[in-house]
Amino acid sequence: MNTAEFSALIFVGSCLAGFLGALTGLGGGVVIVPMLTLLFNVDIKYAIGAALISVIATSSGAAAAYVREGYSNVRVGMFLEIATTIGAICGAVISLYLRAPVIAVIFGAVLLYSAFLSYRQKPHARGQVETGRLALWLQMDGSYPTANGREAYHVRNVPQGFGLMYIAGVLSGLLGIGSGAVKVLAMDQAMKLPFKVSTTTSNFMIGVTAAASAGIYLSRGYVDPGLAMPVMLGVLSGSLLGARLLTGATVKVLRIVFAVVIAALAVEMIFNGLSGRI
Amino acid sequence: MSDLEATEVVRSAEQRMDEWMGRLLQGGVTLAAALVLAGGILYLLRHPMPMNYRQFHGEPQDLRSIRGIFANAKALNGPGLIQLGLLVLIATPVARVVYSVAAFAAQKDWKYVIITLIVLGLLCYSLFGQA
Repeated sequence: MNTAEFSALIFVGSCLAGFLGALTGLGGGVVIVPMLTLLFNVDIKYAIGAALISVIATSSGAAAAYVREGYSNVRVGMFLEIATTIGAICGAVISLYLRAPVIAVIFGAVLLYSAFLSYRQKPHARGQVETGRLALWLQMDGSYPTANGREAYHVRNVPQGFGLMYIAGVLSGLLGIGSGAVKVLAMDQAMKLPFKVSTTTSNFMIGVTAAASAGIYLSRGYVDPGLAMPVMLGVLSGSLLGARLLTGATVKVLRIVFAVVIAALAVEMIFNGLSGRI
Repeated sequence: MSDLEATEVVRSAEQRMDEWMGRLLQGGVTLAAALVLAGGILYLLRHPMPMNYRQFHGEPQDLRSIRGIFANAKALNGPGLIQLGLLVLIATPVARVVYSVAAFAAQKDWKYVIITLIVLGLLCYSLFGQA
């Protein structure tokens, strides 16, 4: 296989990952690491470096649209980014000291859990929510566009959300994923933000979180240009295509299919990690 | 004033901020993708055989540091241009945070100026604080 063929194959795989990731809202980054390690025999540290880069690209691309439409809560995002960036730096540093099989097993476990989370992810029950004390002090309440014009909402449980966001950051830095599932969990379930606001704010935060660990990966030599190039361009074009096709009906089936694929990859990662093949 | 009206007032001030932020993010990603694509073409032309990625050996020093990447990109070296594109990509969310500091300062929202500066400090530590 020459370089052009190798790059083309990775490009196509990444494009598909980005496409499905955007269409199902699960993010393409989670599939990149298993794809590179299991299919292309790439060392997991190079794979994580390339995946992190692709996560920044898709997050920034999508966030650009959501922020303009006024879905994301920029204040909530900014405040919680303190937790995710601290977490991301910790995660990246921890990753430097872990052996490849250990990372593979952790990766598989997290993948399995986030597939499960996204499969049963449904918005929290909407009811009267009172603004929490800290949320009030931080002026976090906001409004977002709905079918009946902008609707106001309240925010609460900020400390709990902050803690969950730290964990999301550690996972992101350790494994090179966006960890959107945990971020949405923190905002929707814990802080009681509307579901659409949670997912778009999560997307908005993923770029900054990934940038915090990407700096460390780059300076430690984990980001290879020959590998990051087809991954970044592939995921980016795939996700742009997916976002354009975003419609309701078929997505439900696709979501389940994609969740099953992710679960299968997770099991293989754990198996390969345990049997020392990674 | 109702809750909704109150948030509407803040909203109009924030709307322009959101729009500029959106433009900034899009511009950064586009520039990064263009650099990576240009570098990628040069790289493919000059490297007929792919590297062995099975074993980790780390990138050469001049493709890790900001100074080395700039020097390589200036010489129109393929991998150097790709790394420069990736640097631009990493810098895009950082630029968004820098912009937020200014935007919150313009709104005289000092609490959030401090919050945003903390995030910026953490990002700078990860980008420049490495030995």
